[in-house]
Amino acid sequence: MKFPRFSRKTLCIPYAVFLLFFVIAPMLVIVFYAFTDTNNHISFYNFSQFFSDPVKLSTIAYSVVIALITTVVCLLLAYPVAYILARSNLRKKSVILLLFITPMWINFVLRVNAIRELMNWIGILGEANYFNTVFGMVYDFLPFMILPLYTSLLKIDPSLYEASADLGGNGFTTFTRITLPLSFPGIVSGITMVFLPSMTNYVVSDMLGNSKVTIIGKFIETYFGTDWHMGSMIALILLIIVLATTLLTGGFKEDENIRGANL
Amino acid sequence: MAERIIELKNVTKYYDDALVIDNVSFYVNKGEFITFLGPSGCGKTTTLRMIAGFDLPTEGQIFLNGKDISSLPPNKRPVNTVFQRYALFPHLNIFENVAFGLKCKKVLNTYQNDKGESYTKKERLSKAEIAAKVKKALEIVDLEGFEKRSVATLSGGQQQRVAIARAIVNEPQILLLDEPLGALDLKMRKEMQIELKEIHKRLGITFIYVTHDQEEALTMSDTIVVMADGVVQQIGTPTSIYNEPANTFVADFIGESNIFNGIVTGNHRVKFCGKTLDCVDDFERNEAVDVVVRPEDLKMCPPDRGTFKGEVISVVFKGIHYEITVQVGKYEFVVQSTESREVGEKIGMDVAPDGIHLMKPKYTTNLFDGVITKHNTVKFADGEFECDVTQLYPGSRIDDEEYLVTAAGERIDLTDAEVTVEVGLNDVSISDDENAGGTTGHIISIIYKGDHYRLIVRTEENEEDFVFTSDDLWNENDYVSVIVPKDKIKLSLKNTEEKKR
Repeated sequence: MKFPRFSRKTLCIPYAVFLLFFVIAPMLVIVFYAFTDTNNHISFYNFSQFFSDPVKLSTIAYSVVIALITTVVCLLLAYPVAYILARSNLRKKSVILLLFITPMWINFVLRVNAIRELMNWIGILGEANYFNTVFGMVYDFLPFMILPLYTSLLKIDPSLYEASADLGGNGFTTFTRITLPLSFPGIVSGITMVFLPSMTNYVVSDMLGNSKVTIIGKFIETYFGTDWHMGSMIALILLIIVLATTLLTGGFKEDENIRGANL
Repeated sequence: MAERIIELKNVTKYYDDALVIDNVSFYVNKGEFITFLGPSGCGKTTTLRMIAGFDLPTEGQIFLNGKDISSLPPNKRPVNTVFQRYALFPHLNIFENVAFGLKCKKVLNTYQNDKGESYTKKERLSKAEIAAKVKKALEIVDLEGFEKRSVATLSGGQQQRVAIARAIVNEPQILLLDEPLGALDLKMRKEMQIELKEIHKRLGITFIYVTHDQEEALTMSDTIVVMADGVVQQIGTPTSIYNEPANTFVADFIGESNIFNGIVTGNHRVKFCGKTLDCVDDFERNEAVDVVVRPEDLKMCPPDRGTFKGEVISVVFKGIHYEITVQVGKYEFVVQSTESREVGEKIGMDVAPDGIHLMKPKYTTNLFDGVITKHNTVKFADGEFECDVTQLYPGSRIDDEEYLVTAAGERIDLTDAEVTVEVGLNDVSISDDENAGGTTGHIISIIYKGDHYRLIVRTEENEEDFVFTSDDLWNENDYVSVIVPKDKIKLSLKNTEEKKR
C-alpha cells in the first residue's frame, strides 16, 4: 500500500483551523465586547470608565508591583542555585535539579492549599496578605526561573571563565563581565515566565491573600460574572500590558549572535 | 648563563584517583620557545594548566622567577594563555576581547605633589592607553581595523589571531599556547607556525607551547619536552631529540624509525638483524640494546654490495620522497629515498655508523607484586594465574591436601604469602577471548621491531603493565586477555618469615 503523502500546505490546515477558532475568533469576540455597550452598540464607555476609575487603576498597579516583587525575588533566589548547579561537577546534580523542579509536577491547587494550611497553622493567614501572596507566587514560579537560567548557564563554555581569570579578572569581574551577560537570554526568558503569570494568577492571591488581595486576573473573573463588556476591556488592556512587557524584555527577538562564536 | 623563568620541582598531579603527572621536574629558560610534545593523554596540557594556575599540583612546587607560585590563582600570575578552542568572549567585539585583560589591570603611576615629593598611586589604565595597546596588539597579529567586528564573523584563523592578541596585549612574562593550531587546516597551520615564531622573536618573551604534532614541535621550538604517561621522556633541542632519542618511545614518536633488538659485541660494535656493524654509541659488551635506524639514514645500493640485502615489498610516494619497505630475511626495513624502486626488486642497503642509535631497552622483564592463594595459584596484576609454587622451596612437593611439603618434610601453608612475580618478555601471549588468560587489559602501546612487535597491555583496575613481544599485529586499545603459561611464572618470596604449620 502506498503511504499517502501530504504536502506542507495540507498539513497546515488543522493548525490554521485551530488558530482561527481558538485564537483569532475569541480575540475578536473580546475586542467586540470591549468596545460595545449592553445594547451591542459601539461605545468607548468601558475604555474611558476604566481609566477614570481609581479602583481599577490601583488594581493594575498592585498587580504590576506584586508581579515585579515576585519576579525579583525569584531571580535572586534562582540565580545562585542555577549557577552552582551548572558549574559544579556534582554527580548528583541532576537529582538536585529534579528536586527543585518536582513541585511543578504536583497539582497547582493542591500545592497552594497546602501552603494555605501551613500558613493557617502558623497563624499568619489573613495577617500578612501581601507577603503571603508574594510568598506563594515565589514558591510556585521558582522552578520556571531556575530552568531557563540553568540551561543558559550550562551553555557557557567553561574555558571562558578560565580565559577571564587568565586575563587577570577576579571572581567579581568574571561574574559581571562574562557570566551575567552570557546568561542574559536565560534571565529574559525566566522573567517572562514568572512576571506574566504572577500578574494574572489569582488563585494564589485569593487563597493566600485571604481574598483581600485583588490582582488583575481576579478582577476580570469578577466582571465576567456581571459585566462582560468591562471584563473584556480589562482583558484587552492586560493583553496590551503583556505585549508591551514582552517587547520590552526582547522576548520576541531571535537569539541572534548572542553566542554565535561557539563554532 | 640563561635565567630560569619557570621551574617545576617534583610535580605530581592526580585527577580524582588517576595519576596524570608523575613526579615531573624541569625548568624553562627566559625567552625560550619550549614545546611539550606527546600523544594525547600524556599530561602535557595538564602541565600547562598547572603553570597557568587552572589546576593545582597535588604534590611538588612550581617556581616563577624563583618564587613559589604553586597555589597562586590564575589572575595573579603574570602569564597568559592562548586556548585550544580560543575561548573568545562571544558577546564582546574584537576590541573588547583584546582589551579585557587591560581593563582588569592596575598599574603604579608616580606623581609629584605640590611640595615636589613623588608618590605612587595604583590606577586603572586610561581609555587612550588601552586603545593604543589594543591597536598595537592587533597590528602584531595583522588584524588592524577589525576592532568593531564581532567574534562570530571571523574565520578560524582570524579568531586564532584575536586569541593571540588578547594574550600578548597584557605583556605577560610567559605566553602559554595549548595546541593553538589544532583546529586550523594544514596550509593555515604552516603559515601560523611561521607567524608565531616571528611574534616570539619580536616580543622576546618565553613561549610554552603544547602540541601532539612532532613536526610542529621540531619546526618551532628551541627546546622540546617529550612526555608520555605523565612522565618526561626526554628534554632537548629538536636536533638532539631527533638524532639522539633517549628511548624507543621517543624514537618511535618523533619521526619514522626502524627499531630492532641488538646486542653489543665489542667496542663500538653492535649486532642486529644478523649483521655486526660499527656504531658511535658506547655500551657494555654483551649488553642487549634497542637499535634505532632512521629511514633516511639507510642508503640504497646495488644488491651485490650493501650490508643488508633484501627485496622491495612496497613503495609509497610521499611527495618529497618515496617510502620503500624492504624485506631482509625475516626483518622489515623502511627506507626513505628520493629515488623510487620497483616492488620485487632486489636491493642492498648501507648505514653509516652515526646512523645507528643504540639505547638501553626500557623493559627487560615484567615484575609484579603477587599473593599466593589457598589453591596454590598466584594473584597479581588484577588477575589470578596458575603457577608452580614448588619453585619457592627446592625439592618440595604438593601433598594431597594442597599443602607444600619441603624437601625436609616440613608442611607449609603458603596462603596469603607475598611474592614477587617475574614474567619474561617472551613468555606472554594475548587473546581476544576474555576468559582465556589470567587477567585482562587494553593494549596501550605497539612498537614494530623489524620482525616482531613489542606490545604493552595495561590492566584496568590497578593499571599494571605487561610488556612482551608478539609476532602478530594487534591494534592499540584492543581489549585482550593476558596468558602466561604456568611454567613461565617465576616466583620468589618477599619475606622469609613465611607462615609455618
